[in-house]
Amino acid sequence: MAQDEHRAVELKMTSVDADDSLSNMSRGKLIRRRFLRHRLARLGLSVLIILYLMAICADFIAPYQAGTRLKGFKDMGPSPIHFGGDSGFQPFVYARERGFHPKTFREIYTENEDEPHMIHFFVRGESYKVLGLFELDWHLFGVSEDANITLFGTDIVGRDIFSRTVIAARVSLFIGLGGVAISFVLGCLIGGISGYFGGIIDELIQRVIDLLIAIPTLPLWMVLSAAIPRTWSVEGTYFAITVVLSIVGWTGLARVVRGKLLSLRDLDFVIASRLSGGSDLYVITRHLLPNFASHLIVSLTLAIPGMILGETALSFIGLGMQEPGVSWGVLLQDTMNFGALVHQPWKLIPGVFIVVTVLMFNFVGDGLRDAADPYSL
Amino acid sequence: MLRIIVRRIFILIPMLVLLSMISFLIIQLPPGDYLDTYVLNLRNQGLLVDEAEIDRLTARYGLGKPLHMQYFRWMRNFLVNGDLGRSFGSYGSSYNNKPVTDIIAERLPATMIISIVSTIVVWAISIPIGIYSATHQYSLMDYISTFVGFIGLALPNFLFAIIIMWIVFAQTGHAVTGLFSLEYRHVPWSVAKVIDMLKNIWVPVLVLATAGTAGLIRVMRANLLDELNKQYVVTARAKGLSERRLLWKYPVRIAFNPIFSTIGWLLPAIVGGEALVSIILNLQTIGPVLLTAVLRQDMYLAGSIIMILSTLTLIGTLISDIALVWLDPRIRFD
Repeated sequence: MAQDEHRAVELKMTSVDADDSLSNMSRGKLIRRRFLRHRLARLGLSVLIILYLMAICADFIAPYQAGTRLKGFKDMGPSPIHFGGDSGFQPFVYARERGFHPKTFREIYTENEDEPHMIHFFVRGESYKVLGLFELDWHLFGVSEDANITLFGTDIVGRDIFSRTVIAARVSLFIGLGGVAISFVLGCLIGGISGYFGGIIDELIQRVIDLLIAIPTLPLWMVLSAAIPRTWSVEGTYFAITVVLSIVGWTGLARVVRGKLLSLRDLDFVIASRLSGGSDLYVITRHLLPNFASHLIVSLTLAIPGMILGETALSFIGLGMQEPGVSWGVLLQDTMNFGALVHQPWKLIPGVFIVVTVLMFNFVGDGLRDAADPYSL
Repeated sequence: MLRIIVRRIFILIPMLVLLSMISFLIIQLPPGDYLDTYVLNLRNQGLLVDEAEIDRLTARYGLGKPLHMQYFRWMRNFLVNGDLGRSFGSYGSSYNNKPVTDIIAERLPATMIISIVSTIVVWAISIPIGIYSATHQYSLMDYISTFVGFIGLALPNFLFAIIIMWIVFAQTGHAVTGLFSLEYRHVPWSVAKVIDMLKNIWVPVLVLATAGTAGLIRVMRANLLDELNKQYVVTARAKGLSERRLLWKYPVRIAFNPIFSTIGWLLPAIVGGEALVSIILNLQTIGPVLLTAVLRQDMYLAGSIIMILSTLTLIGTLISDIALVWLDPRIRFD
């Protein structure tokens, strides 16, 4: 028994020796290595990259513009996509015709199976502006004018929900990044001052943060968003909402920074550095920052989904983005009438995007946290 | 210990004054005031606006006076008479000109019941699961609870409420709205009413508790994992302490710290989260009143609710800080 244990220890030691590249790795390399070994985090990162690419190329991927109404096709379900037939493997849709339910007079759409309409890739369609500079009219896919393709169905005025979801991703996904960027600057600065200097300054800043946290978030957001003039452009409103979200967001980050600084400040190596004549700036940048940078990145990653959810809630109650601007929250306004959902469940699809995005951010954040923890290997 | 408490209470007083000012001020942030909204609504309906009526309302609510005068009048009435002003009727005509204190008193019980029940549910579910997940890391249960927790975090409250209503409506054909069935809505409290409430309360509690549970499981698990990896645990284990005593003696106690330190934030978090859910589920809580009051600049109503909530939060933070000092000797001796 004892011998077995001895051998196990020996084996372990040799395996550490054999993998000596590990001990030579820099901290950054170690973190990257641990992060990539985290399966969910890898999944999260891949999905997020796809989602952000989708948001960047939204106008190209969406077959229609956000405001385009398919006349006579309101509340229509997703297009059934067919394969096979004469066309081989090329997918096609049938044109749909509107009828009415004999009793409830609700729209019913039937497929006209006489003529298949091929789904073409890289087609010309509605034109859109790239970066506000030049116009393009290429789209990833589309069908001829005699039919339409609505992957997620249409809304109450006949706008294609797929196109709207893809275009709304631009607002919903980037608002988190913008809000976190502003919170980051504020949080680091104020939290850093608070934690590094301590004393009265710390006390004062902490009480201000307590005060801000004491005010319920949603009403605070609401009042601030209500103060945004309705006449502002879509971009202006968007920027204002980002600022509103980060006014609440920075307090959490400031607390993280302060807490970390306080616990690091009195550690032996920091005191030693200060005693040997290191200036404040030197101690902060050389010893303190590297020690909590990873922690900060984790907090930032986990703050983004909160902001995305915040924007969604604000837009849902009509205080965030305004038509013609679209965000996922705006799209979800259509689900308020849960009775209609029984017949048009596809209106919930934008919600799936929110859930997936927030989920993936949490996966990545968790992976980063584990990777940044020097005690896990 | 006593010194810390006295000092904190001493700091609390100027903070409460500041808070009342902020509460009053943020309502004024949106351009215009209640009367502007009121006049605009009348004009939109194509009705004539009586100038004399406007002047009368302006005088009655003291809207013409400078901001600080309005604030002092409001505070003086509150401190002397316990009068927080009257509602301008933003939330339906039944609240028109009703004292703010009455409205809050009317709405408070349902809010408190939902908050307390959800909090108890959250703790009862997440603390044991969190401890189990940490001690059985990477087990099947750990993965399941982590997964459910993630979904709870990612699903916005209001969307969850809509989905539950949609499913119940699609299955049974009736809508689960309100805290009470129709026949109990306007009768005084009785045993039958409580039983009726229990039949309806599960929807808001489920919605509110899911998000909270998800968060707390993660916090509990992460905290406990941090502690379990520390050297004192290894030492204790090496000295032959049983796993059960080892776990409960220190690591679990320390893992509780962040939970205690955030008790003070529970109330604003629940009222904030509850507001949207209550609108969708048609609950008679403070949330929906607050939202419409804020939107339509019903300033005394909105300001008072925000002030009361924030005050409760500050006091809650104070209590949890004191609890922390009392619970954790490391903080006490610092």
